[in-house]
Amino acid sequence: MARSNKFGDGSVFILPAVLLLVLVLVAPLIWFFIQTLAGVGTAAELLTQAWSIITSRAVVTALATTNWISLLVTLLVLVISYPLAYYLANRQGLRFTLVLFCIIVPYFTSIIVRTYSWMVLIGRNGIINQALLSLGVITEPLTLLYTKTGVLIGMVYVLLPYMVLTLYATMKAIDPNLMRAARGLGANGFYSFTRIYFPLSVYGVVSGSLIVFIVAIGFFITPALMGGPSDVMIAMLIERSVEIMFDWSGAAIMSLFLLFVTLLLYGVYYRVTDVRRMMGA
Amino acid sequence: MNHSTSGQGKGAIELRQVTKRYNNECVVDAVSTTIAPGEFFSLLGPSGSGKTTTLMMIAGFAEVDHGQILVDGTDIVEVPPQRRGFGMVFQNYAIFPHLNVFDNVAFPLRARKVPKDQIKERVSKALELVRLERFVDRFSRQLSGGQQQRVAIARAIVFQPSIVLMDEPLGALDQNLRYQMQVEIKDIQQRLGMTVVYVTHDQEEAMNMSDRIAIMNSGKIEQVGRPAEIYENPATKFIARFLGEANLIEGTIEEVSGDVAVLRTAGGLALSARLTEPVERGARANLFVRPERVAIASEVGIATDPAVNCANGRVVQTSFLGNILRHSIEIGPDILVTVDVQNASAGLLRTAQENVVLSWPVADGVILQR
Repeated sequence: MARSNKFGDGSVFILPAVLLLVLVLVAPLIWFFIQTLAGVGTAAELLTQAWSIITSRAVVTALATTNWISLLVTLLVLVISYPLAYYLANRQGLRFTLVLFCIIVPYFTSIIVRTYSWMVLIGRNGIINQALLSLGVITEPLTLLYTKTGVLIGMVYVLLPYMVLTLYATMKAIDPNLMRAARGLGANGFYSFTRIYFPLSVYGVVSGSLIVFIVAIGFFITPALMGGPSDVMIAMLIERSVEIMFDWSGAAIMSLFLLFVTLLLYGVYYRVTDVRRMMGA
Repeated sequence: MNHSTSGQGKGAIELRQVTKRYNNECVVDAVSTTIAPGEFFSLLGPSGSGKTTTLMMIAGFAEVDHGQILVDGTDIVEVPPQRRGFGMVFQNYAIFPHLNVFDNVAFPLRARKVPKDQIKERVSKALELVRLERFVDRFSRQLSGGQQQRVAIARAIVFQPSIVLMDEPLGALDQNLRYQMQVEIKDIQQRLGMTVVYVTHDQEEAMNMSDRIAIMNSGKIEQVGRPAEIYENPATKFIARFLGEANLIEGTIEEVSGDVAVLRTAGGLALSARLTEPVERGARANLFVRPERVAIASEVGIATDPAVNCANGRVVQTSFLGNILRHSIEIGPDILVTVDVQNASAGLLRTAQENVVLSWPVADGVILQR
C-alpha cells in the first residue's frame, strides 16, 4: 500500500463530528418522524393526510409567503452584498479589516438579540421614526414593525454575512490581471464588468443566493417577532401546529416537506459548487 | 535600421522624462527615449529595474508622476488604458477562463463594436497567424502554456494595433519553446509591421528579437542600442555583466593615445583597449573583454603584435558546458580571466594548473569607467 499513514485518508478525523450530528440531529429527527407518523395509520392514510395538509389553505398561503419573502430577501441581500464583497475583494489593510469586522461581528451575536435590536430601531416610537419625525421628513411615524418590510429588514440583516463571504471568496479568486487585460484590450469599465467580471463571479452569486434562500425558507424567529399577522412563514406554521393545536402529525408532515425542499436545494447548491471547481475558480 | 516592413508609419513612441515614484522612491527616474514605428524595442533589466513599471505607464495601468508619453506626437498620459488602442500581452497570458479561444480573440473586436460579420473573419485570420485555427472551441484550461501564449498574442493583434506591448510574455515557458516563440513573435511583428515594446529580463531573448534594446537599471536607462552594439560596446560594467559573461580587469590608465588606452593592473600587467569616451590618465578603470574573444595558446609562439594583448596565465578551473569549454585563468594576483573555447574538436579542454598564454585583439577590449 502506498499509504503508510495509519489514519488512512484522514476521514477518521471527521468521525466525532459525524457521530455528534447523527446523535443529536439525524437520530432524533428520524425518531420524531417515525413516532408521530406511525400514529396516523396505514401508508395510504398517511399519504392522504399529507396531501390534504400540504394542499390546505393555511399551508399553501404560508408556502407562498415563505417563498416570496425568501426570494425578496435573497435578491435584497444580493444587491447589498455584491458591492460590499467587491469592495472587500479589492481592499487591503485597515479598511478591509474594519469592514469585514462589521460584517462578521453580528455573526457572533444571537439572532434574538439582533432581532430585538431591530425592533427597537424600527418600532413606532423607535429611533428611526423619531429621527425622521424630528427632521421633518415624515409627519406620521412609519409602520415598519409587524409588516413584511420589517421582516425583510430583519432577515436581510441576519443573512447578509452568508452572501458577502461567499461572494468575497469567489471574487478574491478572480485574477486581477484579467480585468487589466480587458481594459488594455479596449474594453471600458462597464463592458469589462459585464463580459468578464460578472460572469466570473456568477458562481458566487448562484451559490450565495442558494445558501441565503435555503436558510431563509426555514427562518422562524425574525418573521415571528417582526412580522404581521399575514406574514406567516412555514416554520411558524409548524410551530403553531405543535404549540397551539398539538397537531404533531401535521407538524411532522410539514417539517418533512420543508426538509425535502431544503435537501433538494442543497443538491442544486452542491452541483453549482462542483461546476465552480471544474472552472478552476 | 530594419524598418522596411513598417506599413503605415504609425506607432512612434516617445518617452520624455517619464518618472514614477512609490512612497518617495523613484522607481522610474526621468526616462527618455524614442521608439520608431515598426521597431521591436526591448526594455531589458533585472527585476526592480523599473522596466515593467515603464511598460505599465505606457499601457496606462500605472500613473505617470512626471513627464510625457507621446504616441505619434500626441501626449497620452491622461488617456485611460482602454482608449490608448495598444495590443497587450501579459506575463501570465490573462486568458479569460470562461471564454473559449474564439471569444477570447474576438474580445477586443467586440469591445470596439466591430460588426459581427467582420469579427469571424478577423479572428480566423489572427488565429491562422498563430497557428491555432483548430482550437477555436477550447478553453484556456484545455491548452498548453505555449498555446495559451499564442491565444494571448492573437488577441493582442486581432484589431491591428500599430503598437503592441508585451510584458515578459515567455517567462513561464520552458527553454526550447521560448526560442521557438521568439522566432514566431518576431516573424509576426515583421509581417504586420507593428511597433513592439517588449519587457524581459532574459538578455538572449532581447538580443534575439530586438531591433534595439534599452538596458534599465535602478529606474534609469543605462544604454540604448542595437543588440550587437550593446553587447560589444557596453557603456557600464553593469551592462557588460548583464549581457552575458564578461571579463572586467581592474587597473589604472597609464597612457592614452587616440582612442586606445593602456591599463596597468595591480600585478604590473600592461593591457591595451579601445576608448568609447575620454578618460584621464591615472584614473581607475576596468578593461572589458568577452570570454569568447580571448584565445588560449600553449607557451610556445608568443605573438608580439602591438594590436594584440598577451598575458601569461595558469588554468585554475575548467567547466564543460557542452558546446562551450569555459576556462578560468589567473593572469596575475586576484585577476581571473574567463575564456570560452568553442568545443569544435576533441581535446580542446585544458587541464588545471596548466601554464598558458592568453591573447586577444586590442580592438575587442573596451575601457569602462562606470
